Amino acid sequence: MKLTVWTYEGPPHVGAMRVATGMTGLHYVLHAPQGDTYADLLFTMIERRNHRPPVTYTTFQARDLGADTANLFKTAAQDAYDRFKPQAIIVGASCTAELIQDDPGGMAETMGLPVPTIPLELPSYQRKENFGADETFFQIVKTLARPMERTKQITANLIGPTALGFRHRDDIQEVTALLSDMGISVNVVAPMTSSPADIARMGAAHFNVLMYPETAESAARWMERELDQPYTKVVPIGVGATRDFVAEVAAISGNEAYVDTSRLRLPWYSKSVDSTYLTGKRVFLFGDGTHVLAAARVASEEMGFEVVGLGCYNREMARPVRAKAREMGLEATITDDYLEVERVIEALQPEMILGTQMERHIGKRLGIPCSVISAPVHVQDFPARYSPQMGIEGANVLFDTWVHPLVMGLEEHLLHMFREDFEFHDAAGPSHHGGHAPSPGAEGGAAPRPAASPRDFSGTETGGGQVIWLAEAEKELKKIPFFVRGKARRNTEVFAAERGVAQISVDTLYEAKAHYAR
Amino acid sequence: MTELPRLPTSGGCRDVPILKQRGQREVFCGLTGIIWLHRKMQDAFFLVIGSRTCAHLLQSAAGVMIFAEPRFGTAILEETDLAGLADAQTELDKVVDELLTRRPDIKQLFLVGSCPSEVIKLDLAKAAERMTQRHAPSVRVLNFSGSGIETTFTQGEDACLASMVPVLPKTEDRQLLLVGALPDVVEEQAIGLLEAMGIGPIKVLPAPRASDDLGVGPGTVYALTQPFLGDTHDALTRRGARHIPAPFPFGEEGTTQWLAAIATEFGVSADLFEQVTAAPRARARKAIAQAAEALKGKSIFFFPDSQLEIPLARFLTRECGMTAIEVGAPFIHKGLVGPDLDLLAEGPTISEGQDVDLQLDRARAARPDLTVCGLGLANPLEAEGLATKWAIELVFTPVHFYEQAGDLAGLFSRPIRRADLLKLEVS
Repeated sequence: MKLTVWTYEGPPHVGAMRVATGMTGLHYVLHAPQGDTYADLLFTMIERRNHRPPVTYTTFQARDLGADTANLFKTAAQDAYDRFKPQAIIVGASCTAELIQDDPGGMAETMGLPVPTIPLELPSYQRKENFGADETFFQIVKTLARPMERTKQITANLIGPTALGFRHRDDIQEVTALLSDMGISVNVVAPMTSSPADIARMGAAHFNVLMYPETAESAARWMERELDQPYTKVVPIGVGATRDFVAEVAAISGNEAYVDTSRLRLPWYSKSVDSTYLTGKRVFLFGDGTHVLAAARVASEEMGFEVVGLGCYNREMARPVRAKAREMGLEATITDDYLEVERVIEALQPEMILGTQMERHIGKRLGIPCSVISAPVHVQDFPARYSPQMGIEGANVLFDTWVHPLVMGLEEHLLHMFREDFEFHDAAGPSHHGGHAPSPGAEGGAAPRPAASPRDFSGTETGGGQVIWLAEAEKELKKIPFFVRGKARRNTEVFAAERGVAQISVDTLYEAKAHYAR
Repeated sequence: MTELPRLPTSGGCRDVPILKQRGQREVFCGLTGIIWLHRKMQDAFFLVIGSRTCAHLLQSAAGVMIFAEPRFGTAILEETDLAGLADAQTELDKVVDELLTRRPDIKQLFLVGSCPSEVIKLDLAKAAERMTQRHAPSVRVLNFSGSGIETTFTQGEDACLASMVPVLPKTEDRQLLLVGALPDVVEEQAIGLLEAMGIGPIKVLPAPRASDDLGVGPGTVYALTQPFLGDTHDALTRRGARHIPAPFPFGEEGTTQWLAAIATEFGVSADLFEQVTAAPRARARKAIAQAAEALKGKSIFFFPDSQLEIPLARFLTRECGMTAIEVGAPFIHKGLVGPDLDLLAEGPTISEGQDVDLQLDRARAARPDLTVCGLGLANPLEAEGLATKWAIELVFTPVHFYEQAGDLAGLFSRPIRRADLLKLEVS
């Protein structure tokens, strides 16, 4: 039993729903009690879908339990077939139905429906939403896709996009354009946009573009083995990754690597002088593994940020995320407990967070700007405008969305110059918060354990223990703009503690500043 | 007292046959009630013993992220709990101990049953009893079920309040008890009006804090403010309290009838009643009239959801000039909504339970001007050109009594006004 107040991922059957809802001509018969229909609103409200998800819930009640829930399932499946006439049906159980062990898959098979019926085994008490999506897509592909003659022209399948995916809608368009520029057309995009009939012709493509390993890696591996289709390993988020992706596609397809950079603005925007203030901004990254790995590269190589911490909530991606963290000299935070993520953020005191909607809230609470880079999604993550993460336009979008929450370059200097100004006082908050930003609570939290490094120091040496701020130093600290004050306090305390200084004076503050100056 | 309501000449809906269908239901389960109950009971924590689905439902239905550490959570059952490898009761003790250590501000803990905990027959009553002894006197532990296999949406509040009744201290005092979790501002308005008529003492269930001295006994009379409190009604009756039946306090007429029933019970004179209610009644009528302009002559179709459907249909047809095509409710408790059914003119289909696909067929055929439904259906119906009102808003928004009567009508008129306002199609 595990106490949970909020969760990054839903149960696995919600992952199956993301696959089914993204597709056409497929119906999901879900053995589930009343109330599980709440999941419909994720799609109709958050994603603003104009159709109900293609899901029939058997809606069993307490009084059915002793009687005949199995028959209820059969009736629901038959009614669903008669009404929706799908090309294929997936059947499964939600968490409660798993306990009553009716075996929906077996029952559906005996019903002799005239379309393929695909049973799903999604262990609700062990796995989560991403697994559910990945497994469902894999089962659909395994059942329906067959080896077949390749298209004459080189084509690729784009795999991984689902309903309720973070910018999947726009990423499809961007990746299609990248391939098209290299003379490669798209055979099938799946699961989103495809029908079971489309899945059946996936074998005609020459290779697969694995857009989101979270939702399609199992299918990609199966197709590599059974359909002899290689798949791409690079996820084209960011300029460097997009170039690498294009090179990888060239190697797989034999077509010449080509990328149209006429619309690419990120490199120049990053080089232009206004971006100097981005240098070394300390950022913390959290989200699903794929987006975090991509963001780590963009943040450090293309924005000039300093990544001070990173992690993911999906354990399936723990290995590559840990490896990336090691490469950057960091320790990865792998957890699905947002309170733990919050503790890490508090301890690290980053100047910016790139995270999920939950980290955006944590950022609000701590007064740290945040940009959202990953699911779980929120209605804001389905903007009306074109806003991909992948490819050339994706890189431009990343630059804008990561920079906008920050206090802008000149604004930052003005804050320094006029830090005692009546409009620039602490409580006013940064202007992008409309002056209503909650003031951060404890500045910086507790200092982490210091590493010894002897150097000159001011103040009284005690040989460890509590560090006290003298009134003058505390006053001076208040003059530092609030958005760097937490860092200044923490750095000064670490600096003092390392040297065994018990009392922080104004001199200690400025010696620490000089020490940390880069 | 005051003038009697005009009963429909054609007869009301109390005895019309009810359409009952069995199929997929597009409704929330009772766990959803935790979203508003935890705001109302400020020293209570709601611990759902369930699955990841329950946790996901709560965060999705709340529609918000968590701003502070909330006073609800889910103890997610894991494989080891189900396989009997771990004693679920011991595991639960561990979770609760941890929770109460971290949250010393919690005085009432509700163990909330879910579909999985009901199916594996986890005895939460036993657990609550054990924990009450263990954590007495600082924390009282109660249990109720919000599972989808037993409860629909607002029934969760009913189950919660019903669980509180047996442990209320006994009192012989003559008192009025208002039952139902209402926003404070609304509750205060009702109490203000009743006190102005000299009625008292007035208590409310749920009380904001566990320490509030609420008792119950044969001297207690109670009025329900929500139509979904059937189990609570039964529990109070078992404690010797007496129900004051009345239409529910939605709209000017409903509020007046509801107040009048209480006033009669307490022997308030017609003059005093008139004196206290005249001004707010006039305000309510005026406010309703403004909002009702957009509603007059329009048709409405209710999908079953919040259980408020029958009283609202009564309000919208009698005070706003709408025509009801179908009034669906998850279940119909005539002992509670009987007075509202009496006032609702015969005509609409009254349906109980749901087969959502068949009901959607009926709605599409009828093409109502306004459809009241859950969030899962709203956008799909809008996309088919049917204006909708999300039912969940009716539970989250202050809509009871005189001062909110105009707002209540406004909730229904806004989608219709909006549809008229937008000029988006090619002309």
